[in-house]
Amino acid sequence: MSGPLEVHGLFGETWSLVLAFAVGLLFGFFLERAGFGSARKLTAVFYLRDYAVPKVMLTAILVALVGLLAFGSIGLLDFDLLAAMPTYIWPQLVGGLLLGIGFVVGGYCPGTSAVAAASGKWDALAFMAGMLAGIFGFAEIFDRLSSFYFSGELGDVTLSDWIGLPPVGVVVLLLVVAGGAFWVIGRLERRPGRLVERKAESDVVEPAASAVSGSGGAR
Amino acid sequence: MQKKPESTVQRPYWPPYMAGAALGLTLLLTYYLTGHGLGASGAYTAATAALVETVAPGSGQNNSYLGNYFTPGHSPLFSWIVFEVLGVVVGGFVGAVTAGRLKGQIECGPSIGRGSRVGLAFLGGLFMGFASRLARGCTSGQALSGGAVMALGSWAFMLAVFAGGFLAAPFVRREWQ
Repeated sequence: MSGPLEVHGLFGETWSLVLAFAVGLLFGFFLERAGFGSARKLTAVFYLRDYAVPKVMLTAILVALVGLLAFGSIGLLDFDLLAAMPTYIWPQLVGGLLLGIGFVVGGYCPGTSAVAAASGKWDALAFMAGMLAGIFGFAEIFDRLSSFYFSGELGDVTLSDWIGLPPVGVVVLLLVVAGGAFWVIGRLERRPGRLVERKAESDVVEPAASAVSGSGGAR
Repeated sequence: MQKKPESTVQRPYWPPYMAGAALGLTLLLTYYLTGHGLGASGAYTAATAALVETVAPGSGQNNSYLGNYFTPGHSPLFSWIVFEVLGVVVGGFVGAVTAGRLKGQIECGPSIGRGSRVGLAFLGGLFMGFASRLARGCTSGQALSGGAVMALGSWAFMLAVFAGGFLAAPFVRREWQ
């Protein structure tokens, strides 16, 4: 049946929540298997020691993206019924910068902190408490922030619209870019003194940590 | 980190490309079923709204931002995103148990105290909470879910996240390395 299934009213409120729990279960399990319940593994990319974060994220996005397009092309999915993802470029850029800072200072992001807390990390609970406080702070000053919050509105613009290529062209472009990124990462991993990925995650060897310019990952 | 014997019972993590593909398929399934992607920070916002409302009745519903999380007759906690994140917690727990990774600990590098680490975790969470609201989502709701439908803002967000991480990383190197 053509998706998204939810719009056909197949699931009542209860089943919708059961499904939410079920996909969350998969999400959490795979995040754990990726090693994303570990703050040191998550932050190691910013010290060029471990590249699981960009590898996992890019792979996940590309798999989902190719799958969505494939579903669409065989009539399994109606793109017009997908939730809109509007772009407000300024708050998204500034929010992204602040979020990146919070990521490397706190060690987690919202989803991974839930996985970390569930695997026994006490620091993840402190991080989650901090998040509640941060959200409360945002809500408290929202009235003063709202003009910035709604600035740079571009509507539901996609990379396809922006670059001027059909979606399939963008996918090819992204696959090439990701392939390039993975190739560069592979080169970096073969540097002498690199973090050996197969080692236990908690045992981070001290490599000749010279180049932490970060230019390689900021793509 | 003290010199703990390197655990030999822990199963290794999955190869990143494999874990990434599994997460991508989960995201695809979610889009097919519901028409929207996965998220995380929204659940924390719902929790904040519920907490504020409990502590000071009315102040959550009347807040110009948190008010959006209330629907008549329902707690903000009775929502899709909250149940999804509850699933994440249980899924993460199952993952940790089955891999022998369930262990109470405070995770940090060898040259920082546990108290400092917990303080920095809270501070990082503070930034994360604020930023996730400003950006309308986090690594899950914006980067993964928006990235998969090619939303321009989501890709811009993702670049900004990595830029912010690399900018701040030298200042907290001792926390991790």
